[in-house]
Amino acid sequence: MALLEVRDLTVVFERKGEEPFTAVDGVNFDVEPGQTVGLVGESGCGKSVTSLAIMGLLPKRGARITGSVVYDGTELLKLSDRQMRDRRGRDLGMVFQDPLSSLNPVIPIGLQVTEVLERHRGMPRKEAMVEAKDLLDKVGIPDPNRRLSEYPHQLSGGMRQRALIAIALACRPKLLIADEPTTALDVTIQAQILSLMKELVQDLGTALVMITHDLGVVAGLCDEVNVLYGGKVVEKAMRHELFAKPRHPYTHGLLASIPRLDAPRGEKLTPIKGSVADNIPWEQGCAFAPRCPNALEVCTSVTPAEEDQLGRLLRCHNPVVPGTPAAEEVPV
Amino acid sequence: MSETLVSVEDMKVHFPIKRGVFLDRTVGYVYAVDGVDLEIKRGETYGLVGESGCGKSTLGRAMLRLNEPTNGRMVFDGTDVSSLKGEELRRMRRRMQMVFQDPLSSLDPRQSVESILVEGLRAHDLDKSKEQTGKRLRELLSAVGLPSTALRKYPHEFSGGQRQRIGIARALALEPDLIVADEPVSALDVSVQAQVVNLLQELQDQFGLTFLVIAHDLAVVKHISDRVGVMYLGGLVEEATADDLYAEPLHPYTRALLSAIPVPDPQVEDRRERILLAGDLPSPANPPSGCRFHTRCPWRQASKCDTDRPVLREIKPGHKVACHWAEDIEAGVIKPHEVAPILIEETDTMSPDVPLVGPASVTEALNP
Ligand SMILES: Nc1ncnc2c1ncn2[C@@H]1O[C@H](COP(=O)(O)OP(=O)(O)OP(=O)(O)O)[C@@H](O)[C@H]1O
Ligand SMILES: Nc1ncnc2c1ncn2[C@@H]1O[C@H](COP(=O)(O)OP(=O)(O)OP(=O)(O)O)[C@@H](O)[C@H]1O
Ligand code: SF4
Ligand code: SF4
Ligand SMILES: [Mg+2]
Ligand SMILES: [Mg+2]
Repeated sequence: MALLEVRDLTVVFERKGEEPFTAVDGVNFDVEPGQTVGLVGESGCGKSVTSLAIMGLLPKRGARITGSVVYDGTELLKLSDRQMRDRRGRDLGMVFQDPLSSLNPVIPIGLQVTEVLERHRGMPRKEAMVEAKDLLDKVGIPDPNRRLSEYPHQLSGGMRQRALIAIALACRPKLLIADEPTTALDVTIQAQILSLMKELVQDLGTALVMITHDLGVVAGLCDEVNVLYGGKVVEKAMRHELFAKPRHPYTHGLLASIPRLDAPRGEKLTPIKGSVADNIPWEQGCAFAPRCPNALEVCTSVTPAEEDQLGRLLRCHNPVVPGTPAAEEVPV
Repeated sequence: MSETLVSVEDMKVHFPIKRGVFLDRTVGYVYAVDGVDLEIKRGETYGLVGESGCGKSTLGRAMLRLNEPTNGRMVFDGTDVSSLKGEELRRMRRRMQMVFQDPLSSLDPRQSVESILVEGLRAHDLDKSKEQTGKRLRELLSAVGLPSTALRKYPHEFSGGQRQRIGIARALALEPDLIVADEPVSALDVSVQAQVVNLLQELQDQFGLTFLVIAHDLAVVKHISDRVGVMYLGGLVEEATADDLYAEPLHPYTRALLSAIPVPDPQVEDRRERILLAGDLPSPANPPSGCRFHTRCPWRQASKCDTDRPVLREIKPGHKVACHWAEDIEAGVIKPHEVAPILIEETDTMSPDVPLVGPASVTEALNP
């Protein structure tokens, strides 16, 4: 059994006087111990809402969550707030995009780490201080002794993100969810953080859910990749297969539209036409249909189901294989 | 095509750091741009890359004199722009336009697309007759790939990519020679970035425009630029054709930067070697002595690096680098070594990119 099993996870936001909005729509994925699973997709596709739903961090009112999230045999969606808070400290760690807003601004970094150690690992304060220093050292914060007494705003963006990772790791969680942990950082700092995360996952055997819009990050880090579009997973594959042979027209289109550093000059990019604003509702067919070069008539009348096709899970009536229009557009 | 359109000489922009109740004491300076020389040829796309806070936007703005340079001059098509005033400056500015990062905050939400575009024309007396203007507007929209029905709509009715097209149409309206595009795609969804990148390329082919493209995304910059300049803490550290820069980066910082950029290809990612830099970017208010990169440079040497500031020098045809040891590093005579990270104190210098709301229109920005 997998460490985390997400089944048919659906999140509908309901607000008085407004149409209910389905942000996450029947998402399934598993995470094995020590595995890194990627959730990738562009802005608004439901990545963060998925992670917040798993962690029990969505507002109680206004968000209707259905489906199931089983962690190590326990259904998380049925736990009380209290039980969930306990889990979050102990088994589940989370790293957000913006470390400043997820660190407490008025408490020194050191205290934020020791608090977790005292509460969840029952360490006495003194011992916790030593461990906190070790943790900051491990995540590459220079001069950790001094940093312990400093406040979040005194750290740079990269150092804050390291501090947040240290806090998330303080309890040696078996599962870490990282939501765009490097998006706000410069690339040289991003490289530091990603290599740190890779190392930690390897050393500690932590399972990692990596949420990002950057396909480059996914390519280097994830074992399995889930591509999200409009709240649904549209393609799920191991990273080598996914990048070598993207089968969903959206995945294919994304890869053909991003400039690659190692591409020969003058190579033209093939954009995906339109924008997410053109999507049709999933109930009417495939949300991507108005933008899809492979679209068939059935695509605007029948919702594609998540099916095993071409050796992977796909949600598509007409996947990209040689001979279909998308495949002709540009070889990826 | 080798005629120089823009030439920047020893450009410096230092922002005073003010303290005191009335902010009347200057306690130091942010050395945002600190001695940059560069030339852009007519019809060329020059890409400027570097990490957050290295001074890219400030340099671009100083070139258009949206920031007053502390030192240095900019010669545009043979005229020294730094000395122009009033009407002359206004006329010169028509020929240099800017495209901003965030299309929504740089477009006035209360104005229709038509009035946004006409405003620029009117400010420069190009709105001669209704008929002519109407024709010009339709041309502009078709050049940026929007239907003419867009004229009556308002910015919020468009998607991000479409709004960026409006921003580009506005810049094009005045038939400029130079367009400075500051992070033109970084606010856009991945799937629409390519639309705007391609559009910029088509416009250049079609109108022979000269571009200065500023971006932190080196892959985007490499894709659209003929030549690329890499900035670090207010100065250019390397300049070469896009191909040369990628094929043989000579400056240690460029090497690290290139090696840090993820490539969406697992096979490449698996065998890549990364040069991980230690520590953070130093503050531009307190830049390191000598070579500004010496605090993080894996190739740093005991002599010169922390005392003498290296100048940008041409060491191969068309390839310039600001490093004392570039030849030895390239030849492999000097090997990289471990670097201990140095603490960087957060300073309260503000980054103006976010709060500095884009002017309601370019003409507003250009006619203060
Ligand atoms: N609390 C909320 N109430 C109503 N709608 C919400 C709420 N949170 C998110 N949404 C909507 O749900 C959709 C998915 O949001 P989500 O934050 O998961 O996107 P994302 O994939 O993380 O995007 P990004 O890359 O921009 O972070 C969006 O359309 C968003 O507007
Ligand atoms: N008007 C200003 N007053 C004070 N400091 C400024 C001002 N404008 C810029 N700075 C500072 O100058 C430095 C360079 O800023 P600039 O915006 O040019 O960087 P950039 O390379 O464009 O970065 P980014 O990639 O984040 O846009 C920064 O440290 C910034 O905080
Ligand atoms: S082929 Fe049809 S189902 Fe598949 S992505 Fe395109 S529109 Fe959707
Ligand atoms: S001058 Fe010295 S410190 Fe600067 S880049 Fe060259 S080797 Fe490194
Ligand atoms: Mg998000
Ligand atoms: Mg900038």
